[in-house]
Amino acid sequence: MTAAQRRLTRELIAATIARRLERGWIVNLGVGMPTLVSSYVHPKQDLTFTSENGVIGYAGLADESEMDQDIVNAGVQPVTLHPGASIVHHADSFALVRRGMNDVTVLGAYEVAIDGSFANWRTSTEPFDQLGGIGGAMDLAARCKQVWIAMDHTTRDGSPRLLEHCTLPVTAPRGVTLVVTDVAVVAVRDGRFVLEEHAPGFTPQQIQAMTGARLEISRDLSEIQI
Amino acid sequence: MRQPIVCATMSEAVADIPDDITLLVPGFGPGLPFNLLTALYDQGARGLTTVSNGVGGAPAADGRKGLGEFVEAGRVKKVIAAFTAPTHPSRGSIVVDMVRGGTLEAELVPQGTLAERVRAGGAGIPAFYTPASVGTLLAEGKEHREFDGETYVMERAIFADYAFIRAWRADTAGNLVYRMAARNFNPVFAMGARHVIVEVEQPIVPAGEIPPDQVHTPGIYVERLVQIPPDGYFSSGRMPAATTEPRGSR
Repeated sequence: MTAAQRRLTRELIAATIARRLERGWIVNLGVGMPTLVSSYVHPKQDLTFTSENGVIGYAGLADESEMDQDIVNAGVQPVTLHPGASIVHHADSFALVRRGMNDVTVLGAYEVAIDGSFANWRTSTEPFDQLGGIGGAMDLAARCKQVWIAMDHTTRDGSPRLLEHCTLPVTAPRGVTLVVTDVAVVAVRDGRFVLEEHAPGFTPQQIQAMTGARLEISRDLSEIQI
Repeated sequence: MRQPIVCATMSEAVADIPDDITLLVPGFGPGLPFNLLTALYDQGARGLTTVSNGVGGAPAADGRKGLGEFVEAGRVKKVIAAFTAPTHPSRGSIVVDMVRGGTLEAELVPQGTLAERVRAGGAGIPAFYTPASVGTLLAEGKEHREFDGETYVMERAIFADYAFIRAWRADTAGNLVYRMAARNFNPVFAMGARHVIVEVEQPIVPAGEIPPDQVHTPGIYVERLVQIPPDGYFSSGRMPAATTEPRGSR
């Protein structure tokens, strides 16, 4: 008998990422699913979240009573601040990024390849016409110690997003070390994808069939805790 | 000490701005100088080259004008931004349509590079090297150079004709303080333009009331100050009764 398949929601993807953040890390969260992560961490993790707009030390998303429109994360969502938070201007915010202060940045993406390259700023393969939405992703990817990606495992029509090579223009030619999707946690190591965790009810074979490059199976393969 | 001009109205503050200027527009959610932009929209300036994080979303119901409205009205020649198209492909965009139609120029810049280009411009540095965008389409055609075994791309500084700034507090000497994350690009852009015009949320106080060591932007950069009128545009959904206490700290 096989267990019922259960895909991770956006919130569960964020929670899965939150569990993997190591104590004391300085973490940048990008727009979209990644900004949910700050709502799922444990205080004992002692994490410091930084945002492109210069907020250092923010906490979870603010509820109605806490909301201050001048205190926002990278997705311009109101957040609360931890005691000891600080705010710098945009040039200093990216100075700390390029200086390498972030242990990890968590970003969304359209595609990730086995060499750690990823694409998240342009959905067209036409000749470059200066159109796209980069935000801070290229600055972050250039210098954060790790890049983690939160995304759906496949496109809406079922095409794989984890690939041998990115088909879209890349945001950075390397840097991704972990991908958390709605069905799997995949480490990116030495030019290989390694399946470390699977969503409930999904077999490695099923996940391989949804993936555009060979998946090695970790010896410690486990089910994602939900 | 040198004093900026305190203008009575937003329209007075932007009245003599000519066509074909380069204009810095800060803001990342909060911190957008909507009052000055709306006054400039009414003033009619065109042929603008704008420098900003993005180019605005849907038109606001309250009548405020953002860069999107300038673009749509055909009054922008070129946008320099970190977002020139929506991140989600299903969303349409006037910028995308106009660039493809040849009626608007765009220059896409990584956000940190954008901030640093203006910072450099305001700091007398003509160019710098950054690791951001190396190995991507954005670095193509730019000078590359190796330092200590790593490759960098050269980016040129931006120094603009005008900057519109949104401050929380100001004194009559033009010293500025920004509130929380409404700071974002504001202090950087206030140093990166020849003419700096500032809209201020709180009543402008006499020189000396802002402690010198708590000033974010020194008044020497500021040419004009204008108080946001009670019926002006304050931060979107701003908390009632602006206080010095950061809400949401805990």
